[in-house]
Formats: sequence, structure tokens, C-alpha cells
Amino acid sequence: MKLETIKEFLLTQYRIIISNKFGIFGAVIILFFCLIGLLAPLIAPNQTWDTLRDASGKLALLRPPSWEFLMGTTAMGRDILSQMLYATRTTVLIGLVSGLISIFIGANMGLLSGYYGGKVDEILMRFTDIIYGLPFLPFLIVLIALFGRSLWFVIIAICCIVWRTSARVIRSQTLTIKQRQFTLAAKARGCSNLRIIYGHIMPNILPLLLLYTAFNIAWSVLAEAGASFLGFGDPNNLSWGGMLYNLWISGKIRTAWWWFAPPAICIVLLVSALVFVSRAYEEAANPRLKQR
Amino acid sequence: MSLRIKNLKTHYRISDGIVKAVDGVTLHIKEDEVFGLAGESGCGKSTLIRTIMRLIPRTAIVSADEMSFRGQDLLSLSDKEYRDQILWRKISLVPQSAMNSLNPVYRVGKQITEVIQTHTDMGKREAMELSEKLFKGVGLQPELTLNYPHEFSGGMRQRAMIAMSLALNPNLIVMDEPTTGLDVLVQERILRRLKEIRKEKKSATSIFLITHDISVIAEMSDRIGIMYAGRIMEQADAMEIFNKPYHPYTLGLKNAFPSIRSLGRELISIPGSPPNLIEDIPGCVFAFRCPFVIPECHEARPPDLEIKPNHLVACIRTDHVEEFRKLAGDKKTWQSSKSTN
Repeated sequence: MKLETIKEFLLTQYRIIISNKFGIFGAVIILFFCLIGLLAPLIAPNQTWDTLRDASGKLALLRPPSWEFLMGTTAMGRDILSQMLYATRTTVLIGLVSGLISIFIGANMGLLSGYYGGKVDEILMRFTDIIYGLPFLPFLIVLIALFGRSLWFVIIAICCIVWRTSARVIRSQTLTIKQRQFTLAAKARGCSNLRIIYGHIMPNILPLLLLYTAFNIAWSVLAEAGASFLGFGDPNNLSWGGMLYNLWISGKIRTAWWWFAPPAICIVLLVSALVFVSRAYEEAANPRLKQR
Repeated sequence: MSLRIKNLKTHYRISDGIVKAVDGVTLHIKEDEVFGLAGESGCGKSTLIRTIMRLIPRTAIVSADEMSFRGQDLLSLSDKEYRDQILWRKISLVPQSAMNSLNPVYRVGKQITEVIQTHTDMGKREAMELSEKLFKGVGLQPELTLNYPHEFSGGMRQRAMIAMSLALNPNLIVMDEPTTGLDVLVQERILRRLKEIRKEKKSATSIFLITHDISVIAEMSDRIGIMYAGRIMEQADAMEIFNKPYHPYTLGLKNAFPSIRSLGRELISIPGSPPNLIEDIPGCVFAFRCPFVIPECHEARPPDLEIKPNHLVACIRTDHVEEFRKLAGDKKTWQSSKSTN
């Protein structure tokens, strides 16, 4: 039965996404990046920090793309292709992990706050308001200053910030579903509060939940790129933003277009792919958008 | 005795004062009977059953001298005990606007098995079989358990809700406006099916039927209570209340409904509107609209007088009832009450 439910769930997601051309486009790009992220260690020709030499034995510094170095090299003579492959892995990992954790926090905050109301609502929502007052970068800088630079602090910092919007939106949706007759009927049948929240209300806001999952992942990717570009990323796990940071400090940003273009294009591509997919979910949640 | 309620009060505290939605209701429902509760919109019918089912918000203030079900005290039970012991096993509910009471994201059958599995330790397959049997019982094809609520018509959803209420073989089924929003033919079919189900069942099943539709009440009930502004005005056997009503409000209601025996009779409505439930009304709540009001009516709350066995009336002027019945058929009687109001 469980397998069947999962199959049915995935089929529904598939149908939602392919009902929208941009949705298909987005899903393909996301899957492509996920695949690269998974396979990076297998297909990358070099390590990110290897210094390359050309056939004549000279250091290959700042070479444009050629047959020898497919995507060119950095100012330190490192392979941009390998860097891109590994950076995709880091970026997708950060995006997925912090996107999913943040939607988990946000959804629970919203559901509990909207369902119980009263004091619970007051406490959870005032807490959300406080988080709204928290600026991302200074928060991350303080974390790094306290604990050192690491991938996980970037993820924690993103998680702490990103959930707030989803909590508010899901709370408001919970409030409307809570008032529907079937919630009262479920209560009359003897369903416990948690059962009503997770068994009856949550399935009804699932499209919204998935929409915000996509949003949160996109936001996490952007936040990570921003933080890394400013040099707050993990130096041991190169990401797209980290590549741009290296480019910036090398001072070659005006000449080395082959160094600049791949991470920049990939950031734009992944974020817009996520937005396209979320758009498909938005249409499923609100079919009126489709008519335009 | 199935359900026994004595002096039940449900009050809501709001910023303007206390709304006395249910104000001292005393009633009992016997084993294997249909008790119909009629009253206009906003008279506290739904609040009454929500209080019984414990579905009212926590802000409500509930008090009662007695509330028991088959001898078991309901007031002393905690919410959890109530949920585990009473709800659905003994008292089930067909909620108001049953059409919207099914969760749109689940198959209808799954929602019925959910009830069964919440309250018993029946396996999934057994529960599924039982829900199919229940569907057959209310005249729906068993295959329909695999459909989603939006694929059902209003009457089918209503039947599904009734099937659900029968799932655990309860002793009392509370039906809150079970046929509102259905056309008369479907309504008739559902009511007939309900009667058949009651006959088929071996164990005693009482029904607490709440509606503002007098014809539904008349068709189904063994006994009837008439509710007004949070209080019960009169309760008696069904035939008795239609043939020999005592309370002026019942007399007025009777006038407002067409009767097949006296076609062409002009319908008379009761002028005025129910009192604001925030106000403190020391006397009879109907006194403001009653054409037979005397100053004493406003002074003290009329007690529930037992005119005959099983016939309770909350009116102090029942000794003049013959005169009232005569006058109540006259339109002028009611108009004059408006001028004095």
C-alpha cells in the first residue's frame, strides 16, 4: 500500500510538472544538475585544486577554452571544468538540504500556529517576526566568526532565515482549511489534533507546500552564491559563488570570460528552473492562472 | 434512557457581554426513538449538539446539572476519554452540510475506514469490506468507495456521511440538518432509507434529528422539541405537538406552515424577530413576540410544566390554551402583538 501511495504521489507530481512547458524545462535542468552533482567525482578529469601543465610542461595559467582544457583554466592553473562539476555538487547539496530543512521548519511552524491559534499562534508568529528582523549576511558572518568557515554553517544560516516566509504563508492557508467543514467532521470522528493537522489539513495544502519548497531551494541557492561570492563560503567545498569569489580576488574578471560565464550562467539557470517548476505548482494550486 | 440532559448551558463570552446560545436546555432521548428538535436559524440548535459532541471552541462556557448517556456521566469524562469511549462508538454525527464534510483529497472509502480504524483494531481489509457493506446499506454501489468526494452528487455525499455515522453501530446518531440543500426527491429517498436502516438494525438506535424543516421532523420523529432563543419551549410526542400544541410559539409555527388538510389557508408568520441573546432576559424569551403576553411573563422564567405525561411546556398561561388555540388561527391576533411589541 505504501509503495502504491508513493507511486501515486510521484505520478501526480509528474502530471503537475508536465502540464506546463516551462515546468518541463525546469524539471529537466534540475534533474541535469542533480545528476552532475551525483556523478561529479566520477566524471571530473582533475581535482579542483590541481595545478595543470600543458603538453610542453608549462603551467597552464589563465588559458581560454581549447581541446586541451575544455573550459579553460583559472589564474592558478586549475581546471574550470572540474571546478564546475564539483561546484555543482556543492551548490545543489546546499540548495536541497537547506531548502528542505527550511520548508520543514516553516511548514510545521505554519501548521501548528494556524491550527492551534491563540497563545501558540502568538508565540510562534512573534518568533517568526523576530526572525524577519534578522539580516542574512551579518548573521552568517557572526556564525563564521564564532565557529569558523564551514559548509554546514552556511546551511544553518540559510535554514534559519529562509523558513520565515513559508511559515507565514502556510499559516494563512491553514487558517482557511481549518474553517472548512471537513475539519470539524474529522474532529467529530475522534481524530486527534495531530491527525487532523498532518492527515487532513496538510494534504490539502500540499501544492502550496511544494511551491514553497521550490521557492526555498531557489532562495537557498541564491543566498549561498551571495555568501560565497563575498568570501563566506567553505574554502574546502568550492561552489559556484566560490568560483566567482576566486575570480574576483584574482583581479582577472575583465579578461577571463570563460572563468566568469559558467558559474554565472548556471546560477541563473538553476534558480530560474526552480522558479519555473514552482510556477507549475502554483498553477496546480490556483488553476485560474492557467487561463491567462 | 439514551441521552439525558438537564439544565445545559453553553455561553460564549464576547467583548459586548455573554451570548447565551444555549440557556438551560433539559431533554432526554429514549432508547430507540427519533427525537426531533426544531427551531428557527440561530436558536442554538447547532450549539446544543456541538456541546454534546464537544466540538465547541474552548472559549465557550459549558455547565449542566446532568448530562449522561445510558447512565454514564458525560460531564466527568476528559476530552480524551470522551473521544475514546463515547465519540462514534456510542454517539456519532452526521454534520451540518454533510456535502462539505468529506475531505476532498481522500477517497471516500478511505475516510470511512479511517473512522473504523481509529476506534477499533480492525485490519485494513476488514475495514474496507465493512465500508463497502455500509455503502450498500445506504444504497450506494460498493465500488464508489474508491471515488473522490468531488465525483459524488450532493445526495451521494449525504448517504456517504450517513454510512460513516453507522460504521461502529452507535446507540445514538446525531443528525444536524441532514437534508438541507438537497432537493425534495433526494430528501425523501434518504429519509425513507434511514427508516429502513433503523428497522433492519437489531440493536436499539436512537436518532437526534435537528432541523428547521418542520416537514422532515414531522415525517421522522417520535417525539419533538421546539427550541427558541436557546431554550426549549415545548416537547411532546410528534402527533401531540401538531394536534394539541400548548405553547404560543408552537401555535405560531404551526400557522406559518402549509398543511395538506387545510389547503388555501392563509399562512400567518410571527411578527418580530428573536431576542438578542446577549441581553439578560429574566422572563420568558418569547414574551416579546407573544400575542397572549401578560406582565407576569416578563418577571420570571417559566418552568417546564408537565401538562401530561411526556408533554412539557415552558409557559405560565397553559390554563388558557383553549382560548389561545382559537385565537391563534386569526391573523389579527398576531398583528396586534406587533403593535404592542
